[in-house]
Amino acid sequence: MQIPAQFDYVRASTIEDALAQLELHGPESRVVAGGHSLLPMMKLRLARPEWLIDINDLYELDFILPEATQLRIGALTRHSTLLESADVARLFPIVIDAERVIADPIVRNRGTIGGSLCQADPAEDLATVCDVLRAQAVVRGPAGERILSMDEFHKGPYETAVAQNELLVEIRFPIRPRSGSAYEKVERRVGDWAVVAAGAAVSLAEDGSVDDVAIGLTAVGLDGTIAEAEAVLRGRQPSQALFEEAGRLAALASLPVADQRGPVDYKRHLADELTRRVLRRACARALETQTTTTQEG
Amino acid sequence: MTITETHAPNPAAGDADRPIGYGRIQRKEDPRFVRGKGHYVDDIVLPGMLHGAILRSPVAHARLVSIDTTRALAHPGVVAVITGKDLLGLKLAWAPTLSADVQAVLVTDKVRFQGQEVAFVIAEDRYAARDALELIDVDYDVLTPVIDARRALDPGAPVIRDEIEGRTDNHIFDWEAGNAAETDAVFATADVIVKQEIVYPRSHPAPMETCGAVADFEPIEGALTLYETSQAPHAHRTLFAIVSGIPEHKIRIVSPDIGGGFGNKVGIYPGYILAVVGSIVTGRPVKWVEDRSENLMSTSFARDYIMQGEIAATKDGKILAVRTNVLADHGAFNATAQPTKYPAGFFHIFTGSYDIQAAHCKVTGVYTNKAPGGVAYACSFRVTEAVLLIERLVDMLAHKLEVDPAELRLKNLIKPEQFPYKNKTGWEYDSGDYERALRLSMEIAGYDDLRREQKEKRARGELMGIGVSFFTETVGAGPRKHMDIVGLGMADGAELRIHPTGKAVVRISVQSQGQGHETTFAQIVAEEIGIPPEDIDVVHGDTDQTPFGLGTYGSRSTPVSGAAVALVARKVREKAKFIAAAMLETRPEDLEWEKGRWFVKGDPSVGKTIAEIAMGAHGTVALPEGIDGNLDAEVTYDPPNLTFPFGAYICVVDVDPGTGHVKVRRFIAVDDCGTRINPMIIEGQVHGGLTDGVGMALMQFIGFDEAGNNLGGSFMDYLIPTAMEVPNWETGFTVTPSPHHPIGAKGVGESATVGSPPAILNAVVDALSPLGVTHMDIPCTPARVWAAMQGRATPPI
Repeated sequence: MQIPAQFDYVRASTIEDALAQLELHGPESRVVAGGHSLLPMMKLRLARPEWLIDINDLYELDFILPEATQLRIGALTRHSTLLESADVARLFPIVIDAERVIADPIVRNRGTIGGSLCQADPAEDLATVCDVLRAQAVVRGPAGERILSMDEFHKGPYETAVAQNELLVEIRFPIRPRSGSAYEKVERRVGDWAVVAAGAAVSLAEDGSVDDVAIGLTAVGLDGTIAEAEAVLRGRQPSQALFEEAGRLAALASLPVADQRGPVDYKRHLADELTRRVLRRACARALETQTTTTQEG
Repeated sequence: MTITETHAPNPAAGDADRPIGYGRIQRKEDPRFVRGKGHYVDDIVLPGMLHGAILRSPVAHARLVSIDTTRALAHPGVVAVITGKDLLGLKLAWAPTLSADVQAVLVTDKVRFQGQEVAFVIAEDRYAARDALELIDVDYDVLTPVIDARRALDPGAPVIRDEIEGRTDNHIFDWEAGNAAETDAVFATADVIVKQEIVYPRSHPAPMETCGAVADFEPIEGALTLYETSQAPHAHRTLFAIVSGIPEHKIRIVSPDIGGGFGNKVGIYPGYILAVVGSIVTGRPVKWVEDRSENLMSTSFARDYIMQGEIAATKDGKILAVRTNVLADHGAFNATAQPTKYPAGFFHIFTGSYDIQAAHCKVTGVYTNKAPGGVAYACSFRVTEAVLLIERLVDMLAHKLEVDPAELRLKNLIKPEQFPYKNKTGWEYDSGDYERALRLSMEIAGYDDLRREQKEKRARGELMGIGVSFFTETVGAGPRKHMDIVGLGMADGAELRIHPTGKAVVRISVQSQGQGHETTFAQIVAEEIGIPPEDIDVVHGDTDQTPFGLGTYGSRSTPVSGAAVALVARKVREKAKFIAAAMLETRPEDLEWEKGRWFVKGDPSVGKTIAEIAMGAHGTVALPEGIDGNLDAEVTYDPPNLTFPFGAYICVVDVDPGTGHVKVRRFIAVDDCGTRINPMIIEGQVHGGLTDGVGMALMQFIGFDEAGNNLGGSFMDYLIPTAMEVPNWETGFTVTPSPHHPIGAKGVGESATVGSPPAILNAVVDALSPLGVTHMDIPCTPARVWAAMQGRATPPI
């Protein structure tokens, strides 16, 4: 049994209560949701909060709400809920791709999308997913709500724009017509962090050319999406040659470091290979939705 | 799961639906395990019990300058802090290892590996003990560590064991087997030679339950009760008597339920000794249970062999000779557990399953600044390493000769009529029908169809691999004249008592860590005396309750204790004959045995069951001269030879050409462990061992950085396979009984762990062979496979 340092614990009853507790206990307090990142770090004594504020009773933050132009997801939504959602599968297959390879069912039953994003592990799959879906983060604090783009939200490894006295409450994914998305990860074993993973989202114009595209990589030292690779595709008909060019540029942009999961050259190779794969699949999915839409129309 | 039952029916099996004796019955121990009612060391709570925690070194090699425990002692709840200096006073700072070396219990002079024990805190609860570790101030003078075993013998390398007088290097031993001159002569004239460095990197058994102990020293009687996670309670008792000076009759070792051992729980760790010292010092029971990182970083690792292998053959594929030089990394203390005469364990069975003219090996053991150990993880005393070596070399030879690897094996396997077979390094293989097992394995696999499919896939650029391995184990150590551990002969005892109502208790010296002893040994007694297994209680794990013996490891329980149990049951049966004769007023020689009953020859209606005889023995029957009034017996079994289980494994993998990711698609395992007692338990052992094999072949690896930091110190870094990485196991079997074992059983616990890694590795290399790859070392992680695909395969260490 690995034993954390001493801490105190309080269970928040509402969002306001959680915010008040954060204010009360100050910088040495941490919010705990699923706990599958924070608790292991505490047991290894890499994290030593003095107070844990448990938000698992905030059921108002556990929702998946499709609207006309966006899908709203509560921060306390569990990975397993996302994985089982038909709306998510229909609108954003990349989320299902990613959720299938996030940890294991036990972790997915507890872990939350908000917790994953706030932990901001550089190998976090959902960070890439949110980047390429151009998601927005809704953050609430004593001064009210603010809405952040992912660029604004991410501040680097283990750092976000969520201040100590604030709470991430919601993620919003914009819905685009004729769009498709995909995620693929190479891991040493199921449940391991990514060696490298790639995500892509495309939306096609009516003529089938690429209207917009976003490409992101996990665990290779990048923040945000890869503009130079995206530029190759925008306004052009998707093709294997373009995917390859985008893959090459994504690999060039990547900044991997060698570790137990692999050396730099391998990771760069994966950045290339996986970028091509997810672009191919995202475009194929976009075409499928286009066909479906046409048929329905 | 596919089970192919193609062997001749075992005449002893009786009614398959309700066997009295051998057969597929549910495990007697499972009702408590599936209800969560197992009782492990960490479940033990004694009145007034204190809790210990160990401060471990953050660095691999450092002179200990000072330890200040003042702040820790002042921490609320802390009762005592023990340091190496305290142990020096008690003459307990160093303890003997199982390999004629010593190991520091707590550091006195110098830290020799990261995670080494530095101080022991005893507190009212484990939280206070753990918190107090952070309050001990230690000053280290960091030294250059020796991490790469290849550099351990370099002139000028730091001397790790400088506390040993006269030590000027890191050399532990050189050991040879076979005949070098004969082997060199064969190599000199051979048509074909294949040479390869093959590395079996460091792994760890990582049992689900970590190691721990509860020590309870009673000062008035001077008696010690020690509950501990031990695979060998009796050997531990003797060693504790020698080390501590507490007389052996005052020591009771209890191993309750054990949550997996795999060799990790054979040795005596500093934590156990510290719990004992703690109890003596405080006068209260002391519990110490390590956490996962402590287990991975400080307890016995496995493998760490760098093998230079060579195989010689004729051009038409007759294997002639094998030779190898091995560099063995034993860590900072030589604490491997194996029979005294064999510092490289049973590695010299590296001639494998083939009829070979000459063989030679030389093994050099070295110290490095890493955790000690080395013989663990279901390795059958290093047969694992031997099988990887020979099976990789045979595959490479097949590749060079452009013949099918299964065909090459069929051509060279030892033939049934050659048994008992004496190999060139001193083993006498007891029995085998190797070709039958390999052909069955190929039949289950659909081998020819697989090769056809592979050809089609290769034409499309897909990477599909088929790997074959054939292994011969050597288990059931072992004959006392050859084998001992720290002077204790490797025999095992058994005691059987039949109660007056015909229920029985059998007491054994080996200790289950999940092998199902309570069922298997009851089945052996049931088979021999004909009462149902549910009427037989198996007692084990408590030295006050069981006869002496050396414990469970090296797949030795069924070969050794299984024989003891069969023989003790036969002794009871024989005694029952005399009592039955008295009861029936006839002569013993006029009686005939059928399962459970002695009856009068020619008049089967007149007889006595075992229960009737037991009541008679304890009742008022007038007993014959020399027969005392019970139905009990005891034996100690000294095996005449080891047993040699074997198997033929075939693995099919698919490798993603873009990422190097390996998927084990199929695995066919045909095992021959001689007489099969409970097929369900055998299959369970095989499934577990095959899963271990996937782990070792694809992911498990304890690496170190240049500073000696352990890079596998948690399950985030040391990867264990899950259900997602393993295929639907396809098992089959043949039965070739051991001629010298009373029931013909050979043992199976480690067969799959020994046999499966080379099958998987051979499959991966086969998949990559269109790219010109002839060898890579495990673990076959995506990154390492991809490097091999680029022609840049590197050893993991």
